This record gives sequence, C-alpha cells and structure tokens, in this order.
Amino acid sequence: MVSSTLEERPTGTRERRAPKMASGLRPTRIKDPVGDRVFMVGVYILLTTFLLVVLLPLIYIVASSFSDPQAVSSGQVTFWPIGFTLEGYQRALSDNSILTGFGNSLIYTVAGTAISLVLTVAIAYPLSRADFWGRRGITVFVVFTMLFAGGIIPTYLVVQNLGMLDTRWALILPQAIGVWQVIIAVAFFRTSIPDELYEAAQLDGASDLRFLFSTVIPLSKPLLAVIALMYGIYQWNSYFDALLYLRDPSLYPLQLVLRNVLILNQAAPGMDAAAAFERQQLASLLKYSLIVISTVPVMLVYPFVARFFNKGILVGAVKG
Amino acid sequence: MPGGIGLDVGGVTRKIHSKERGMRGLKRSWRRHWQLYLLILVPLAYFIVFKYVPMANTIIAFKDYNVVDGVWGSDWAGLKQFERFFNNPVFWPLLRNTFLLSAYVVLASFPIPIILALALNEVRLKFFKSTVQMVTYAPYFISTVVVVSMTILFLSPRLGLAGHVTEFFGLGSIDFLSNPDYFRHIYVFTDVWQTMGYSAVIYLAALAGIDPTLYEAARVDGASRWQKIVNVDIPGILPTAMIVLVLGVGNVMAIGFEKAYLFQNSLNVSQSEIIATYTYKVGLLSADFSQAAAIGLFNGVINLVLLLGVNAIVKRLTGNGLW
Repeated sequence: MVSSTLEERPTGTRERRAPKMASGLRPTRIKDPVGDRVFMVGVYILLTTFLLVVLLPLIYIVASSFSDPQAVSSGQVTFWPIGFTLEGYQRALSDNSILTGFGNSLIYTVAGTAISLVLTVAIAYPLSRADFWGRRGITVFVVFTMLFAGGIIPTYLVVQNLGMLDTRWALILPQAIGVWQVIIAVAFFRTSIPDELYEAAQLDGASDLRFLFSTVIPLSKPLLAVIALMYGIYQWNSYFDALLYLRDPSLYPLQLVLRNVLILNQAAPGMDAAAAFERQQLASLLKYSLIVISTVPVMLVYPFVARFFNKGILVGAVKG
Repeated sequence: MPGGIGLDVGGVTRKIHSKERGMRGLKRSWRRHWQLYLLILVPLAYFIVFKYVPMANTIIAFKDYNVVDGVWGSDWAGLKQFERFFNNPVFWPLLRNTFLLSAYVVLASFPIPIILALALNEVRLKFFKSTVQMVTYAPYFISTVVVVSMTILFLSPRLGLAGHVTEFFGLGSIDFLSNPDYFRHIYVFTDVWQTMGYSAVIYLAALAGIDPTLYEAARVDGASRWQKIVNVDIPGILPTAMIVLVLGVGNVMAIGFEKAYLFQNSLNVSQSEIIATYTYKVGLLSADFSQAAAIGLFNGVINLVLLLGVNAIVKRLTGNGLW
C-alpha cells in the first residue's frame, strides 16, 4: 500500500504537463492514503472544537438576553431563548446613563477616528517617500515610542497640564496616533503608489499636497478603510482612558458605563420595587442585553475588517 | 530630475560626508518638499507632547512631586522612591504575580494560534475554512469590558452557566471568581479565546508565502500530510513564530492593566494585583505621583532590557529578530 501511494499521489487537482498523461493516463481523482484521511478527520474535529469554543458562549449570551430571567438563572437556557422577552432590552434602552454613554461613544468614535486618520496619513505619507530628508530619523523617533513609554502618571500629568482632564479631548488626543497603523500605512504607500505616478505628477507641476489629495488618497481607499476601522473599534472598546481622565458621568463612554453596571454592579437601573432575588435576576437579564447592545455596532463593521484583512492588505504590509 | 531617489538620502547612505551632505540634503529636500514638512509637523508635535514629554516627566521618579512646584520645581529625592518600592512588602508578590501571569499568557497563547493556522491550512472546503476563520477572529473585536462581563456572568456561582454545570457533576457551586487560584487560569483562557483567531492570521499569511516547490518536492517524496506539516510548514513559519515570541517575551512585564483590573476583586487580589494595577492605585487613587512614576519607570526599563535581550538571543540562535 505504502509504495503504491508514491505513484498515486498526483491527484486530479494538478494537471501533469507530460504529454502521455493527456490521453489514457489522465489521473482520475484518487483517494488520499488512509493515514492522511484519518489525519484530516482529526483536523476537522479540532477545527470544529475551536469553532464551538468561540461560538457557543456568544450564542449563549444572545439567547439569554432574550429569555425569561428565571429561565436564565435556573440554567434552562442553553443556546435558544426560553420564554422570549424583550424586557432586558427595554430596560437597557430606557436608562439614561446607558443612552448617554452610547451617544458619547459615538462622538468619541467618529471624532477620534477622523482625527486619527488625518494625523496618520499626515505622518505616514512623508515617511513613505524615499526622497524625504529625515525619513529615517523620524521613523526611529516614532518607533521608539513602542519600545519605551513614559507610563500612566507622567502621561496623566501632560493631560492635566493641558487642561484636558474631564473634557472630551482627553479621550481623543492622547491616543490619536497608533505607531502600528503608521507602519502599515507607510508600507502601503511605499508599495502601492508607483513612483512613475509621482514623476508624472511632478512633470505636470503638481505639488506634493495636490498629489497626495488627487492621487495617493483615492488609490489608498482600502488602506484608509482598514485603518479607520482599527481606530474606530479601538475607540469604541476602550475604557481605560475614560477611567483615568474623566470624573463627570455625563462624559462617560459606553464601556465605562458598562463596567459600572456589569462589573461593579452599580445602580442597575429601574429595579427599586422588585424583591431581592428577582432584582438580581432582572439585573443579570439586563446585563446580557447590554452586552449584546454594546457589541452589535462592532459586529456590524467586523465583516468589512475581516474582508480587508483576508485580502492580505495588513499582513502584506507587515511582511513588506 | 524628478523622483531622484537616492540623491537626497545621500546623507544617510554615504556616511563619510554625512554632516555636510546631510545639511545640503535637508536644504534640497526642504525646497522641494516644504509642503511635506508642514504636513508632518502636527503628527510630530503629537509624538512630542504625548509620548516624549511623558518620558521627560518620568523625572519625577527621582523627586518628591508636589502639585504646587510642578514637575521641574519639585525637590530632588534621589533614589528614595525606588528604595521605598523595593522595601515595600508588596514588591516581591507584585513582581511574582506580574511575571507569572504574563509568562503564562505568552506560553499559552503561543502554540494555539499556530495549531489553528496549521489545521486551517489543511482544509480544502472553502466554506468551512472561512467560517472557522471568521468566527475565531471575531472575539478580538469584542471589548475587554464585555469579555470580562461575559466571563463573570458565566462563572457567577448561583446564576451562571458554570454553576449549573458544576452542580450537575456533583461538584457543588464553585466560586471561581473569588478564589485567587483560578484568577490566572481565567485570565489566560479568556486571553487565548479572544486572540487565537487574530494571531492565526499572521501564521496563515506566512504559510501562504511558503515556496510551492517545497510542497511539490514533499509530494514527490511521498510525504504524508503530517510529514508535510512537520518538514515544510513548521520550518516555513518558524521565522514568523520567532518574531511573535520575541514580541511576547519582550512585553512580559508590560501586561495590560485593563483586564486584570476588571477581574480584580477584594478576594482574588493576592494573585491579581500586578504592577500595572498597583501603579494605577498608587498614582491615581492615592495621588502618590512620584512613587507611581518610579514603579512605572522600573517596569519600563525591565521591559526594554527584556525585549533587547530576547531579541539578541533569538537573533543569535535563528538569525531572525525584530531588527
């Protein structure tokens, strides 16, 4: 068996160039050796396990968020809602702190992403140009911040001295540029914008800025989309800067509100009248709904990120 | 001549006359690209203000910072802040907790994405492959707050799913969250859960870049799939794996504040207090800025040394490093 597999290995997927193969010996689809087939069964089992380990908790959360609180707490709910109800969502969406948080997060995400994107292009484009004097020095200057950082308190002092404590700026500016995103953008500009285009633009008398706006940016839409999504998701998901810099609850982003409700169990809204245990049940129903509500926006844009990612834009940039 | 690549970077490529050529290069480059220099000004200001000024502010680690005198006016204190930290009874437990937690994270999150990528690479069913990839990649985009909340809901002793499972197996209800011994396992499991799909993408790209003639040679030699993985795939992704490992080990002491702080409660604090959470408490909750800056500086320097050290070792062993 083993020796015969040697000759049988070329399967139908690959055409032989040798002319004699073209006629009678054209390989039909030959089954893989037994060992390989057993191996593939193992591979599929392994991958299915990975799939379920990730997927089941998510399904459980969604199912629970639509279920009767009693069914959830008594463990009846597994992966399908039991005693369908929208009460958790109604309570979540009628709560002021949650709505304010949602609105704030939208502001931070939109404004932060816009600023980050502009600044990233503004630094990445010059750094991508080989004839830009100082390129190497500036690159080292930027990348060094990845290796060594001042730390929480020294950065806090800067924010404090700029008078940004307890303002929206504190969530937008201190993390405005990601070094990783700059590296990706530089690599993309360098590999995807042909030098000939630049030479042609120069002959036509176009300035650097004009070339950037009329040629580079339109050609870089996929890159800009990816970077914007990275920044946007980061902004939407972060809570640490808000914890550091904000005191005023009316400025809190959604994640910080969630942390207070979900993890610290602070002031779970609208529960005064109910008895203790029932209250606890309702509170946990509300938590499931909140998790879903806060994650839906990210999951809506996620397929786009995944699509770009799978196209290899980011990975290609990293490798290049 | 437009696009005269190489002319203007002469200052870099020919080091002998670097200064003179450098200045001339700058002048030349400025005349032609002044718009680019204006463009880069704001981002550079950002890096100075939000990255380099904080580095300069770490000087308060050697001072007794007080609000009135500010960073530069406060009195010098020499190494007092560091001595305070090293003599603090929390010092060794902190170091131990930080090191154990992050070493565990690095070790656990290193092999799993590789296994996932190698397995995905074998699958020919496109639909199955892309489904697994999409799903395992998704948790990376879920926020830390939500992941921690989900975990807490699962593990809450009376109302969570885990409680029902342990009761079913007759183990009674176990309070995973308040038992310090479970903290690291929970942290690491959720970490792997969240990042394995994302990390696998890097290896899938590396696998796609392997020279196809190697596979043909393996096929001619009659290699089984398993042999092909061991002899072609794994050597092919080794350089990438080394880089990932260097980055992981290099960041061993920089382990994130966010999740540890969220999982922390008064019962598991003996294991969950790490340098980052402690710094936050000292600095912002107790307003002891100089002490917090000293701890942060200590941590940052260890981290830098680790990164450079591991990179040098890996480079010597395999010829692949970060730079």
